Amino acid sequence: MAALPKRRDLGFVLLTGGVGLSVVLVVAAIAFELVRQSQLSIAKFGLSFWTNGIWDPVSGEFGARPFIWGTLYSSVLALLLATPISLGIAMFLSELCPQRMRQPLIFLTELLAAIPSIVYGLWGIFVLVPAVRAVQTAFPDFLRQLPLFTGPTAGIGMMSAVLILAVMVIPFTSAVAREVLKSVPVAQREAAYALGATQWEAIRAALFYARTGIIGAVMLGFGRALGETMAVTMVIGNNPQISLSLFQPQYTMAAVLANEFTEAADELYLHALIEVGLVLFVITLLVNGASRLLIWSMNRPPRARKVEPVAAPLGEAA
Amino acid sequence: MKPPHKAVATVAALALTVCGAAAQAINGAGATFPYPIYSKWFSEYNKVNPKVQINYQSIGSGGGIRQLTNQTVFFGATDGPMTPEQMQQAPGRVLHLPTVLGAVVPIYNLPGVKGELKFSGQILADIFLGKITKWNDPALVKLNTGVSLPATDITIVHRSDGSGTTYIWVDYLSKVSPEWLKRVGVNTSVNWPSGLGGKGNEGVAGLVSQTPGSLGYVELIYALQNKIAYGAVQNMDGEFVSASIQAVTAAAGAAVKSMPKDFRVSITNAPGKGVYPISSFTWLLLYENPKDKMQSKAMVDFMKWALTDGQKFAADLGYAPLPAEIVKLEMDALATIKVS
Repeated sequence: MAALPKRRDLGFVLLTGGVGLSVVLVVAAIAFELVRQSQLSIAKFGLSFWTNGIWDPVSGEFGARPFIWGTLYSSVLALLLATPISLGIAMFLSELCPQRMRQPLIFLTELLAAIPSIVYGLWGIFVLVPAVRAVQTAFPDFLRQLPLFTGPTAGIGMMSAVLILAVMVIPFTSAVAREVLKSVPVAQREAAYALGATQWEAIRAALFYARTGIIGAVMLGFGRALGETMAVTMVIGNNPQISLSLFQPQYTMAAVLANEFTEAADELYLHALIEVGLVLFVITLLVNGASRLLIWSMNRPPRARKVEPVAAPLGEAA
Repeated sequence: MKPPHKAVATVAALALTVCGAAAQAINGAGATFPYPIYSKWFSEYNKVNPKVQINYQSIGSGGGIRQLTNQTVFFGATDGPMTPEQMQQAPGRVLHLPTVLGAVVPIYNLPGVKGELKFSGQILADIFLGKITKWNDPALVKLNTGVSLPATDITIVHRSDGSGTTYIWVDYLSKVSPEWLKRVGVNTSVNWPSGLGGKGNEGVAGLVSQTPGSLGYVELIYALQNKIAYGAVQNMDGEFVSASIQAVTAAAGAAVKSMPKDFRVSITNAPGKGVYPISSFTWLLLYENPKDKMQSKAMVDFMKWALTDGQKFAADLGYAPLPAEIVKLEMDALATIKVS
């Protein structure tokens, strides 16, 4: 895009280039350290670490499968819940909200992001968990036979973790989605209205225009959900089992690290815990890679379309 | 208020060190369980002997042992004695010095049940193994005659974080139940057969107090401060003893006769009258022959103070003080530490 740097800008280029490169170096250094410090566990368990379901610090047998399951299951469910709500918030704030209400509402949703996760966790234990327990107690028996709803009526478990994660993800996804919607050219909407579209149809056109950015927003939320530690640890029940049920206590990778790292005195145990960190790192990379791929594949077809040239002059006029 | 004070102390310590006086800052790290009493001791001792400033990071027993082995701290602290392998990895001989005692109690939430429930070790093990699942199980009913136990499920709550509390609890279960020892074993975290995991004493207490029909375990200090109902446990002599500071000190007193020279002993399920069976020491770890003899001298002096004058702070913070016989044995052990 930019022309070749002029000579006097060389220092600036080097400086920013160096800063940019340092990010790559940091990521590489993290990967290297994680592998180095988990080598005992990698050597002993190999790939079975990903598939073994037993985590037994006493006998020294370690497998991460229940944690991988718990992390992915809770994050995906939280995303299913948070994405429509976030998009609703973003659409309302950028398209429909009366001017006077907009700033206070933006401030309030962003405030959600500023709450420390330990506070979410305490709120979870004292408010959310009893509420979930009340719902569980009221659940009719025939529904509790379904695999989705088996388990103890303790309130603590996957359901509480999913709800708390959804609340924590919403401010991030909605803030980015709002910015993305704001950056859709006014011409897009005007063109839609000119064609006789209703307000909803115009917004839908804007959503379509902004879809790659919105996928980015959702992925940002997914990344946040994968790594969330404290709040989830406090409400998920911390039981390494694999279950579809929303009411069963389960476990996540970040939670087992937070729980067991400080007291892991044995070498293999420590290496196994660091390997859990490595697995989380790899999964996060894979998720990010997949979202890039998705965005890339979605970006290709519009080049063939002939919509934008029509809209552009209108936008300039407006 | 504190940082300037600390800074002044450090500057003063530096100045005095340069002058050759024996003033210094000593760093330690380890268990979280004794942190309240240690921080009380270090600040009180600083008043008695202003030249010595002891800093303690409560990072967990495992972290304390690691840092002591790497010699990044001068002393460590742990709730479970170091294993033989860990002792070998350390670059020098490490002494275990008991400082105070703690106890772990079974807490429960049974609305409508009045009075204190009685448990035996075998029953607690069977519940945590998932073999006893109802509150009105015949074994529980037999022990608690006159109490109408409900026909509800027992919801088990255990610690999810690695902890000395868990170590003491499962150490006890392993002694009373061969099946527990074989299937689960002893560590700061174990592969629990069933139940919910709560983070920290507050997490377990929170879950138990919110969930009718639940049974968990917390440190005695925590149950006392929060007025949570806890059960009496049958000791080796067959008595049902409710945990108290006296009953915990009694457990240590009962262990004096069989006390090994290095104090690495578990006193769960100790024999004797009036003994509470789920009790344990917490240890401070010192090298026998450390490089820095000045710090060694200061630390030995501190330990002598903590084992005598310092013990009076224990009960207020929910710890049981050491019996006099143990203190005497420890004074002998302290004399073997090289200080010059």
